Amino acid sequence: MSDENLGAPAPRPPSVIRISSSTAVVLLLFTLAFTALMAATYQFTKDKIEANALEAKMELIGTVLPPSLYDNDLLKDSIELPPTPALGTDAPSHVYRARKDGEPAALVLEAVAPDGYSGRIELLIAVKADGRIAAVRVTSHHETPGLGDYIDPKKDKNKAKPWITQFDNVGFDEVKPEEFRVRKDGGKFDAHAGATISARAVTNAVRRALKFAVDNRERLFDEHHEQHEEHEGKEH
Amino acid sequence: MGIYREITWNSLWKQNPGLVQLLGMCPLLAMSNSIVNAAGLGLATVFVMGMSNYAVALLRSFIPYEIRIPVFILIIAALVTVVDFAMNAWLHDLYLVLGIFIPLIVTNCIVLARVEAFAAKNAAVASLLDGAMMGLGLTMVLVTLGAIREFIGQGTLFSGIDMIFPAAKPLQVMSADYPGFLVAILPPGAFFVLGLLIAGRNWIEARAARRAAAKRGAQPAAATA
Repeated sequence: MSDENLGAPAPRPPSVIRISSSTAVVLLLFTLAFTALMAATYQFTKDKIEANALEAKMELIGTVLPPSLYDNDLLKDSIELPPTPALGTDAPSHVYRARKDGEPAALVLEAVAPDGYSGRIELLIAVKADGRIAAVRVTSHHETPGLGDYIDPKKDKNKAKPWITQFDNVGFDEVKPEEFRVRKDGGKFDAHAGATISARAVTNAVRRALKFAVDNRERLFDEHHEQHEEHEGKEH
Repeated sequence: MGIYREITWNSLWKQNPGLVQLLGMCPLLAMSNSIVNAAGLGLATVFVMGMSNYAVALLRSFIPYEIRIPVFILIIAALVTVVDFAMNAWLHDLYLVLGIFIPLIVTNCIVLARVEAFAAKNAAVASLLDGAMMGLGLTMVLVTLGAIREFIGQGTLFSGIDMIFPAAKPLQVMSADYPGFLVAILPPGAFFVLGLLIAGRNWIEARAARRAAAKRGAQPAAATA
């Protein structure tokens, strides 16, 4: 450890290299130990977490589509869509296909309203085979608490008839596409005064998603489970 | 005063992280817009701070001084990750409510501050208490802040409690058509209310100091009389 070239007689403090390498080894050991701890926990909890996520997913789907309407395993009967402008998605999204006795019953789509007051609003929309909406739910948003967050029925003060239930059982046969807007934009849907932006974003996203589902109904239902290519372009 | 009592008093009042040390302001200001959010973040912080202080105090003799900060951060982050996994697996309902707060805690500098200032120099049990009590001190400020902001901003208390206890209902304090006071809910409201809380604490302290001084001044006089 002491430098022989200098020939210093007294014991010298350990060299910089010595300190660096010993601390590096200690840091490496700590890193290994704690990484092992994290990896072990991950392995140990992985299956349970996946099961929880699936259960949560089914519960979420259950909020837009009552289980009585279908009898197949939705999580198995799903296809992956590439990023689709009509759905507002910029990453692959899932479509779950509900069938009853083998007949198409409903499509459950993931959609995004990119123009919320504070960024993206993520939605789950169930469209029944007759082209009407079963229900819409907001799955993730950052709208202002107490102002724009009424788009989420859990935060809506009107518990008896939350704002988002306006879309229940609505189809283009009842509300024409050009009227499928908030009242302020000349449409049919209410929005809370002073907090139109959140409602407008959701309404427009629901309209686009409904149109996409109606226009591509056959293709979405028929597509084989594995393949998921060329979805864009054909609609409109 | 015993050391444990002193730690507790220090954490909750004298060196309260939210009102005196002013550390960990980012989650404090972001998540204190309702009581439920505030209490959720607070309790998760209590847990993480107690645990990381305990772990560091146990391992402190193995940690070289020069690299203590990276090792502390490694320990804190690893423990938080373990808690995150474990809660996700076994306490899933609670995780859905508190889950978003847990990664936030790693970024809270009060955790590192207590590890560095206390756990690196003290015994394990005292460190555990210090971490948990500092977390509790922060929780108290968070919940007070959350209650005031929620009350002024929305006219309710405990909104969102049904996410934790499905049977519980939020308290509608103001009439149902209370228009709300948006500033209280938005981040500026957090600064206003926190400022008032700090001023209130300083006022109490100043008054206590004045009284103590007056007492000291009176005592010798009484003795000579």
